Amino acid sequence: MSQEVTDADFKQQVLEADGPVLVDFWAPWCGPCRMVSPIVDEIAQEHAGKLKVVKLNTDDNMQTAAQYGITSIPALYVFDKGEVAKTIIGARPKPALEKELADYIG
Amino acid sequence: MTDKQLVIIGSGPAGYTAAIYAARAGLVPLVIAGSVTAGGDLMTTTEVENFPGFPEGVQGPELMESMRAQAERFGAEVLYDDVETLHIEPRRHRITTALGAEYTATAVILATGSAYRELGLAEEKNLSGRGVSWCATCDGFFFKDQEIAVVGGGDSAVEEATFLTRFAKKVSLIHRRGELRASKAMRQRAEADPKLEFVLDSEVTAIHGADKLEGLTIASTADGQTRELPVTGLFVAIGSDPRTALFAGQLDLRPDGYLVVEGRSSRTSAEGVFGAGDVIDPVYRQAITAAGSGCVAATDAEHYLSELSDSELNTKEK
Repeated sequence: MSQEVTDADFKQQVLEADGPVLVDFWAPWCGPCRMVSPIVDEIAQEHAGKLKVVKLNTDDNMQTAAQYGITSIPALYVFDKGEVAKTIIGARPKPALEKELADYIG
Repeated sequence: MTDKQLVIIGSGPAGYTAAIYAARAGLVPLVIAGSVTAGGDLMTTTEVENFPGFPEGVQGPELMESMRAQAERFGAEVLYDDVETLHIEPRRHRITTALGAEYTATAVILATGSAYRELGLAEEKNLSGRGVSWCATCDGFFFKDQEIAVVGGGDSAVEEATFLTRFAKKVSLIHRRGELRASKAMRQRAEADPKLEFVLDSEVTAIHGADKLEGLTIASTADGQTRELPVTGLFVAIGSDPRTALFAGQLDLRPDGYLVVEGRSSRTSAEGVFGAGDVIDPVYRQAITAAGSGCVAATDAEHYLSELSDSELNTKEK
């Protein structure tokens, strides 16, 4: 299971991180989020060291979700140097996600 | 390459019911459930009130979880992967998956369901996840105290609209016709909902917004008159089309795209290939009818496999 981040430590864990960070915006009530979550964990494990992967529960951390205009989940955002570098909306199979993230895990 | 007697593609009520029956018949079916779509459409619904046996209703994901557990209990194997190719070849159908697995199957049940229809408007894709959504249960929460719209007039549109009034300040339900197609129970609930406004005889002709959805242009289907509707959310529920890309060109399809089956059976135009659920059903499209057709497909597949093994035995004896 990847690390959980919150409104309180989002800046430190994500925006101020050294390398790119993939944030999985999810919520407990969202079926597709539950499906994509283990795939994100696998990608995190297989590419540990290249791409930091964290999860943000939008139910408990509405401030961050609102700040980035999240209106559909699952939403996977890559942050690089504090900026949004890539957005992937909706659940995708693993090969499709790996393709989308090729710049960061290739 | 792994040889299987029976592979079931899809894991909605049709796929899992076929798996329960086939597993109980000792066929040890492999269910290729989908990596992110396992459980099918009911995974994104909330309360299912009309599935028999649940007088208090049941949550869609919970129902699908139970069906999966029931299939596994009798020996079905569930694989969370996506079928990439299917080559139909009597007695030795070949299947490859996105993660690189390869199977041959003597019989195949296709329970691939249907895919949501899009409006086909410019900006629809750009604003996907920026206000345009296909999953009310996933995304409704983000529209707390906002004004939003739902397009469609069937059961799923009306159910979504009613669900969304829990969060939104106001929900406009936009439908092309003067009357909703949804069932009476759904309509009555919607009509009694003070936060729901009906925008009938109307269609969405444009979606506006750069980074996020800001509004819609609505045209009257009666006189073509247009007006602007400022909304921050748009939920599209205008029906779905059968998912047949895997086997289009290899099996007979109806002119409207549905997989052809013979009479009340599940037999498709190819030997040893059976269809079940929404992919063969342009009319009823309910969880219970899909489940019923999954049972039909498993029974047909079982007959096919036992006749095949009988005739192979006879050939060997001669």
